[in-house]
Amino acid sequence: MSEITNQSLTSLAQNIKDKKLSSEEVTKAFIERSEKSKELNTYISEDFSNAIDKAKKFDQNPNLNLKLPGIPIAVKDLFCTQNVRTTAGSKILENFIPTYESTVTQNIWDEGAILLGKLNCDEFAMGSSNETSFYGNVQNPIDKGLVPGGSSGGSAAALSGKLTPITIGTDTGGSIRQPASFTGTVGLKPTYGSCSRYGIVAFASSLDQAGPMAQNVKDCALLQEVISTYDKKDSTSIDFKRNEYSKELTKDIKGKKIGIPKEYRVDGMPKEIEELWQKGIQYVKDCGAEIIDISLPNTSYALPTYYIVAPAEASSNLARYDGVKYGFRAKGENLIDMYEKTRSEGFGAEVQRRIMIGTYVLSSGYYDAYYLKAQKVRKLIKNDFDEAYKKVDAILTPSTPSSAFKIGEKKDDPVSMYLNDIFTVPVNLAGLPAISIPAGHDASGYPLGLQIIGKAFKEQEILNIAYAMEDKINFKNNITDWWIK
Amino acid sequence: MSKNKSEYLIERTNNIYEVVIGLEVHAQVTSNSKLFSSSSTKFGAEPNTQVSLVDAAFPGMLPVINEFCVKQAIKTGIGLRAKINKRSVFDRKNYFYADLPQGYQISQFKYPIVGEGTVILDMPDGQKEIGIERLHLEQDAGKSIHDMDPQNTLVDLNRSGVALMEIVSKPDLRTPEEVSTYIKKLRSIMRYLGTCDGNMQEGSLRADVNVSVRLKDSKELGTRCEIKNVNSIKFMQMAIDYEANRQVDLIEDGKIIDQETRLFDTKKNETRSMRSKEDAHDYRYFPDPDLLPLEVSDEFINELKSTIPELPDDKKKRFIEEFKLSAYEATILVSDIEISKYFEEVISKMGKNQDIKLAVNWITGELFAVLNNKNLEITESPISAENLAKLVNLIKNGTISGKIAKTIFELMIDGDRDPQKIVEEKGLKQESDPKALEALIDKIINDNREKAIEYKQGKEKLFGFFVGQAMKASGGKANPQLINEILKKKL
Amino acid sequence: MSIDLKTIKHISKLSRISVDEQKAEKLAEDLSSIFEFIEKLNQLNTDKVEPLTSVAETSLKFRSDEVKSKNIREQIIKNSPEDNKDFFVVPKVVE
Repeated sequence: MSEITNQSLTSLAQNIKDKKLSSEEVTKAFIERSEKSKELNTYISEDFSNAIDKAKKFDQNPNLNLKLPGIPIAVKDLFCTQNVRTTAGSKILENFIPTYESTVTQNIWDEGAILLGKLNCDEFAMGSSNETSFYGNVQNPIDKGLVPGGSSGGSAAALSGKLTPITIGTDTGGSIRQPASFTGTVGLKPTYGSCSRYGIVAFASSLDQAGPMAQNVKDCALLQEVISTYDKKDSTSIDFKRNEYSKELTKDIKGKKIGIPKEYRVDGMPKEIEELWQKGIQYVKDCGAEIIDISLPNTSYALPTYYIVAPAEASSNLARYDGVKYGFRAKGENLIDMYEKTRSEGFGAEVQRRIMIGTYVLSSGYYDAYYLKAQKVRKLIKNDFDEAYKKVDAILTPSTPSSAFKIGEKKDDPVSMYLNDIFTVPVNLAGLPAISIPAGHDASGYPLGLQIIGKAFKEQEILNIAYAMEDKINFKNNITDWWIK
Repeated sequence: MSKNKSEYLIERTNNIYEVVIGLEVHAQVTSNSKLFSSSSTKFGAEPNTQVSLVDAAFPGMLPVINEFCVKQAIKTGIGLRAKINKRSVFDRKNYFYADLPQGYQISQFKYPIVGEGTVILDMPDGQKEIGIERLHLEQDAGKSIHDMDPQNTLVDLNRSGVALMEIVSKPDLRTPEEVSTYIKKLRSIMRYLGTCDGNMQEGSLRADVNVSVRLKDSKELGTRCEIKNVNSIKFMQMAIDYEANRQVDLIEDGKIIDQETRLFDTKKNETRSMRSKEDAHDYRYFPDPDLLPLEVSDEFINELKSTIPELPDDKKKRFIEEFKLSAYEATILVSDIEISKYFEEVISKMGKNQDIKLAVNWITGELFAVLNNKNLEITESPISAENLAKLVNLIKNGTISGKIAKTIFELMIDGDRDPQKIVEEKGLKQESDPKALEALIDKIINDNREKAIEYKQGKEKLFGFFVGQAMKASGGKANPQLINEILKKKL
Repeated sequence: MSIDLKTIKHISKLSRISVDEQKAEKLAEDLSSIFEFIEKLNQLNTDKVEPLTSVAETSLKFRSDEVKSKNIREQIIKNSPEDNKDFFVVPKVVE
């Protein structure tokens, strides 16, 4: 048997079911590796001793019919976890301990999983490099000094560094797919309304969606199957028939029509991304799918639209962090002074920047010019996809316009940072499912991902395409464990 | 101040001003749980004991709408003869305040659930129609307590998230009396519908009052000031009076009226500018992305329509037609649903051969006086409709006189006693035996022969003297009608 | 479009985030470049387009009017920064 932490979720679950491994052994193995991996700074809060207790308890009376039997999992620190500190990567929630559990994490525990701890992320999920976290940068296990992407940077790094067998992130504009692409892992952003938002610290309510991150497509499908449930506690949760994604997974994608949108060929995109895309096209052809050129004409308006809609919603969603009910409070001479100091000291620069943008675009005299305009363009972007899906079953694009960049490289240039999400953002605006799978490496050996975008509620379709491609790509992550001394 | 009774004008040396008033009434929806959370709405609970994670705006908490509150709003809309909007949208009204945990209030700004409607006021000089601009659903805020701790303000979130209906009138009101009648009428309609208990002491009904003034006969509206959160009709009237005069004084002095939010200080009886609201005017409304548009079908609305009880205006019409009441009597009896219920119960318990006029007089006279004195609601009436009906019937069928009835009524109050039994116990039955009365009258005429002669000679005023003597001799029990008849015959 | 310091001060007030001069200047610079990028939307004619507020293809679901939430005052207050077991506490407000 290979080393525990190198095993996929599917294999760990099988070994536990076959009683070849105990939950305690598995849990301890991941904890041990996590302890040796502090330099990656993936954890904001560890819950290791509780995890071992829970694993022992599981082993005493194991329910082997569960989908995640005694599997230890670390999750993004945007999910509220009962009695475990939840910070959203912010100082303003530094001491916040929820008395409740998010629906998505509850679903995981209900299938037998065990919480290892809470993973680093950009503050309130606002960032593409994990550099906005109050709890420091995260190192990409791929190479020292490299960002893991963001906002689910800690999740992606912990997954590719094998500190957790699978994980969950949230994706508002690419926050699962971009870090998955940067770390050579698989990340799925489900259809809006597929996973409950209950108990997830909100960034932009109309875009936020939780999703699975895994080492391979099968694990990803299994985790999606666990976390996607209709939830009456979330008014935007959708009651549709969910597949048993892992069971129904197939590599047979013969005759599927795959669209290639010409607008995703952006200026200044590295040649290797274009080559990767072409390779991807060849892979799906090899699997018997048909390639169709399509147009998504409003693609270039997606990022500006996103940078109105998301900050607008965020400016309102983050109004509750006012120092009154929970979290950080600064001393103030009066109520207003207290608010202003609390929020000025409690939020980091990027969050403040976005709150300001959002406040501005909603403010009197600017609403129509910005917010309303953006909602209209959002409609056009969705129409583009609706139109395309009359001709194709799914769409294949690169996940990101570049591979992982150096820590600090883009930190002081917000616009160039925002451009990272150019291929992922349209999907959130249209509420569609999309998966990023590792598909190759650039000249430096850094991983590159391809994105498959599906029709609403057709997660099974894109999982199948990804599953078939995964086989052809046969991707291997070059991770040297450089941080382990 | 004003010449005509129904007019409310403010006069200065050279000018006469008219006052234009619009109301934004905040009516708490009668419901068990809050608009977007399952916490209780009960009044008077210990601080912060009816607060859920949603109400306190914990991270990741989401609103889920209460169907009953939606129904209540639609029913109220139907009661206001208003257009029901099949699609409405919840927006966020963004501002920071200690008792607003989310940092925004969920409210319907652009697309309210109810559109234009009307309310009819019965004023002494006739009916007046007041336009309703809209009705929308929104969340109530918590309560800031400023006087419990010298250094701090304490916040109780029990009210946070309770459903409110904001009912916005058109600026059709002109006098404090109209405002009073309007509020009472709204309350009456909502109580009929069971959509708001209208309890102003508990804050279930409060209003923001928009006041502006203009030269009489002018068509343009003046700059208005909004007096926030006034919680009694009396205070509304006082606030309007103060505010209108303040505005007129400013105009007369050649000064400008600032459009602003003001507060009515009930102790000083004046309005003053609210500093705390000053820079919070840009509310940045936008559709709440945690909620979807609220869509209701025709079926849903029609089903609610079928549950609407007879409302005050229709009931009044029926009372006038069916019971031949005067408009004035009918207005009083329908003003409150419980009064109308009591009245109709009395009528039904009276059975055949009923004297409705007499019943109305007893309810609006003696009974109301007792309720008033004891500060009781009609639902707490010490005399049941059944026993009052019996009392009226006893008068009607001649068993007792009106005068005796008053004595019996007093006795009934204590323990809601049956008037029939009181009559029997105390022997208060009216003497209606002609033979006995004839004997009694013969004796009186005999004892007062001189007066009888004077009467016969034309001093007709003396008839009353004989009636009085007869009643006295019978201990008040003689049937007055018979006494009259016999006296006329004998004298 | 360039965002001036006055605008920054105004929106910082609305969003209840204090900014000093230095921070205001940095924000003005950042927001100006972001809005320059956002202005691209003006190239599009959207006169006849309906705004899209939600992509959730479902209608608003109702909850029944039942009281399910109990008294959880202790839980609610537990995380608050000031020590008071009954109330949330804020600096004195003068209305």
